[in-house]
Amino acid sequence: MNMEPLTVESARTAVQEKQTTATALVDAFYQKIDAEDAAIGAYLTLCRERAYLQAAYVDALADKGDALPPLAGVPIAIKDVFTTRGVRTTAGSKVLANFIAPYDATAVQRLEGAGAIILGKTNCDEFAMGSSNENSGFHPVRNPHDHSRVPGGSSGGSAAVVAAGTAAASIGSDTGGSIRQPAAFCGVVGFKPTYGRVSRYGLIAFASSLDHVGPFGKTVKDVALMLQCMAGRDPLDSTSAEVPVPNYLEHVGQPVTGLKIGIPKEYFGEGLDAEVRAAVGAAIEELAKAGCEIVPISLPHTEYAIPTYYVVATAEASSNLARYDGVRYGVRASDGKTLAEMYRRTRDAGLGTEVKRRIMLGTYALSAGYYDAYYLKAQRVRSLLARDFDQAFATVDAIATPTTPTPAFKLGEKTDDPLAMYLADIYTVTANLAGIPGISVPCGKSKAGLPIGVQIFGKHFDEPTVLRVAHVVEHAMAAATNPLAASP
Amino acid sequence: MVTEKDVSYVADLAYLELTEDERARMLKDLNSILGYIDRLNELNTADVEPMAQVASRYGVSQEDSGAMRPDELRPSLPHEIAMRNAPASDGVFFKVPKVIER
Repeated sequence: MNMEPLTVESARTAVQEKQTTATALVDAFYQKIDAEDAAIGAYLTLCRERAYLQAAYVDALADKGDALPPLAGVPIAIKDVFTTRGVRTTAGSKVLANFIAPYDATAVQRLEGAGAIILGKTNCDEFAMGSSNENSGFHPVRNPHDHSRVPGGSSGGSAAVVAAGTAAASIGSDTGGSIRQPAAFCGVVGFKPTYGRVSRYGLIAFASSLDHVGPFGKTVKDVALMLQCMAGRDPLDSTSAEVPVPNYLEHVGQPVTGLKIGIPKEYFGEGLDAEVRAAVGAAIEELAKAGCEIVPISLPHTEYAIPTYYVVATAEASSNLARYDGVRYGVRASDGKTLAEMYRRTRDAGLGTEVKRRIMLGTYALSAGYYDAYYLKAQRVRSLLARDFDQAFATVDAIATPTTPTPAFKLGEKTDDPLAMYLADIYTVTANLAGIPGISVPCGKSKAGLPIGVQIFGKHFDEPTVLRVAHVVEHAMAAATNPLAASP
Repeated sequence: MVTEKDVSYVADLAYLELTEDERARMLKDLNSILGYIDRLNELNTADVEPMAQVASRYGVSQEDSGAMRPDELRPSLPHEIAMRNAPASDGVFFKVPKVIER
């Protein structure tokens, strides 16, 4: 069976209408993974037993003729930063190479509760720190469109499995662009919803005021379906918001006539690749043709987003990662004679270069004498960045920008220059700092055949407008990007 | 400007040992990244409130968000399961190298 065109929607329909069984779907996906994933490296752990158990459960429901839950039989992949009960959960780090999670993350539990089948855990940058997946403690991931290039990061594996057809959909985490940037590089849809929209219970923490959970899919409709099943208040995450969850699917396909789309000049300046500029420009033109009013705007503090982000994110990370000390879980270095020596040797051996760099940077920014100069300063600038969006959204309904300054770069191209790597997130970190929803949708390809993404921002909790606008772009650009999205 | 001494001090705070090579690399990288971060000082933020969390921006108070709940006893992870990933354990407690000499 050919799974390349299999979407969340078509997988569920095929199982519901008995064109196939969930078990047969799982068989077909594992065959494809076994044959093709070694060349890409997107999976770290497969959970066949769990997948077949869930498939049997879905098939039993289908046999009884019951109405199936919304994701019944849909084979998905989970970024390895989400805990999965009884299944190895590493966060891409050697320090957790042997960690078997004792409970399920809420996002995982809700997706499985909606009938989805978890095929396995996807590779990522260690503790979600990176923009190329080259910081994985295990092995890098290759871009399915060009194996010499990175898939983006940190959720590189979750983007790659959707692009390669080795999962129908997936989830990732996004702290500074880690869903949207790899989605753009791999030519799939990636959606980071509003801060607090999806519970982070069971998400291994990187930077708690910036970490978000969201889906990857082949189509805008698919990410809407996935988000629908994950969104909503969770008593186990005090930062999950008590805000009603609308029916997202109802908004996909609604007209956009009269919507005001802001185009921030700061996202189209120096450093933007000409082919990306052209493809994003074409997407914006399609929005105008669909009846949107295109409004030039300014988000004046944009150039300060990356420095702000790398203070706030590393400060929070230095605190969150203090727990990897070899006491309660993970790999302990055995040669420490004192407790302090054991801590240091465990962390030295278990953590990778980029993670250590960020712990050092964050610890420095929080240390006595530097707290005001770095951490407090960055928090004040964060207010200015959030205010930029508040002011923009007083006049526009959504904002359109490129997702990334360039298409996917080569493996090894930026590994020696951390600052150059950080700048790969220049258009995405702002949404994390402000907590607003942002989606990346394919809008074309470079001459070399590399995917290009356009990013749509919306107001807090206005995922419906973001999805509406994204869907119009998707359909208009389908000929150039994704034949699957062209069908109504 | 970060110095070698700063690198040692911060590594100590963070419980990292770091090899000689790593320290040299860290010195170079921290200076380059902090140099870039210094551009935040171009902005006058004297009258700007620091933003630590997003929730305040969309007007959901802690009470409304349900973050505060009654202090009631609820089921938690069983002891045996919580201990299962411990690198060293006697079945009841986590074992670590000796902390106090006597």
